[in-house]
Amino acid sequence: MKPGKIIWLFFVLLFGMFSLPVMGTGENEKSPEKEKFDARSFILDHVSDSHEWHILTKKDGESVAIYLPVILYNKESGLLIFSSRRLSHGNEYKGFKLEEEGELKGKIVSVNADGQVDEENIPLDFSITKTVVGMLAAALIGLWLFLSLSRSYKKTGISHPRGIQSFLEPVICFVRDDIVIPNIGQEEHEKFMPYLLTVFFFILINNLMGLIPFPPPFGANVTGNIAVTFTLAFFSFVIIQINGTKSYWKHIFATPGVPFWMLPIMIPVEIIGVVAKPFALMIRLFANITAGHIIVLSLLALIFIFDSLVVAPVSIFFVIFMDCLELLVAFLQAYVFTLLSALFISLAIVKEHH
Amino acid sequence: MLLASNSLTSPAIGTLFWAVVIFTLFFLILAKFAWKPILSAIKQREEMIKGSLASAENARKEMLKLQSDNELILKKAREERESILKEARDVRDKLIAEAKGKATEEAEKLIEKARTGIEREKVKALSEIREQVAGLAIDIATKLLGKKLEQTGEQEKLIDNYLKDINLNKN
Repeated sequence: MKPGKIIWLFFVLLFGMFSLPVMGTGENEKSPEKEKFDARSFILDHVSDSHEWHILTKKDGESVAIYLPVILYNKESGLLIFSSRRLSHGNEYKGFKLEEEGELKGKIVSVNADGQVDEENIPLDFSITKTVVGMLAAALIGLWLFLSLSRSYKKTGISHPRGIQSFLEPVICFVRDDIVIPNIGQEEHEKFMPYLLTVFFFILINNLMGLIPFPPPFGANVTGNIAVTFTLAFFSFVIIQINGTKSYWKHIFATPGVPFWMLPIMIPVEIIGVVAKPFALMIRLFANITAGHIIVLSLLALIFIFDSLVVAPVSIFFVIFMDCLELLVAFLQAYVFTLLSALFISLAIVKEHH
Repeated sequence: MLLASNSLTSPAIGTLFWAVVIFTLFFLILAKFAWKPILSAIKQREEMIKGSLASAENARKEMLKLQSDNELILKKAREERESILKEARDVRDKLIAEAKGKATEEAEKLIEKARTGIEREKVKALSEIREQVAGLAIDIATKLLGKKLEQTGEQEKLIDNYLKDINLNKN
């Protein structure tokens, strides 16, 4: 990589670190002046996954929400599909309930005959949660966007870009010319373009959708969900490993120039390195996006913590500022994830020429 | 474990499952129906642009070459014309000179011939005159001697007459 790129990357990473400590302050808002408002659970409820899509809570305590389908599997009852409405307000349904307290908060647990939570027998939960809906919506938007783009290319052939092309083509060319080719090289870049483009736009669309607060498929904290970032990082990991050349594996298991008695130390170190790369990808994306959501929510929570309208303009001003910053971060994190994936792939496909 | 105890930082199996399913489908569909045609269209267009630029450059070079070729041909033609003209002029001059030389030679020859002819005629005439004069002198002498010079007057008359005759006979 060029020195300019390294400085850029350094800033990007620094930026990521800078937003992390703020997450801590977000969580420290938990001592509310009034018992009514619990900022900690307000924030955590918003950034974590849920079986229903909460829209608002009326004054009488009744909540307006979209109840999403619950899909459960365990050995005794087999596959169960039902609406999460049946579990709302702590209701029990077919021996399952939504845990509202403690370590298993937010998870569906089975209840035994005495009405106690059976911690040994937690069902596998394949529910279509808020995150899944958000992700699905992002995927559909992405599909619609790029399938119509591809159709428009079929129609216009190779004339100048027009319509949706002039909007998306520069981004695609940016990914190709500034992320993939500089790292992977001209000869082999075509093989990895589809994956890297998919990852880039999947993250970008989800990041941007997460910033839009309202109508339901928007506003879910998808790329701030560790399961999602784990999946993305896992795909990168698999792609890196299956394309690893002989020389790449040799560097891990028989690092050239290292005396053989050092290998018992070197091999675990190398293996940690192999795992740490996608692990860093996973944590970076998760932490950046979640932190952004937490900051925005903390700023909004300030209004309710002070319980005063005077705070609102200040709070809103900062929220708008943070949203602008998060818009930048949305692009930045998509860029960084793709860039680092490309970089790690390029390290794995090295040819033997030392 | 700090990570595992928090619901935020522990990946849920269901979300993981759906994320894998959704991302895989998203990737496969896009790879087959979107990225392939899009990337190939972009590449095609870029290659076309590159090709057009290159061919334009080639055409420009070709034209320059043609132009310089034309110039060269023109220059050559001009040189050739010049040389042909020069040759013609040389030939003409040579011809004229040759003709002049021949003519003078011929004239000189003729003059020489004439001169030798005249000389010869002159010699011949002189010898003839000499002969005639000698014959006449002899005739006159015989006649004079024949008449025995009787009368001085008549003698003079006779001599005159004979001289007259000589003058008449002389051409």
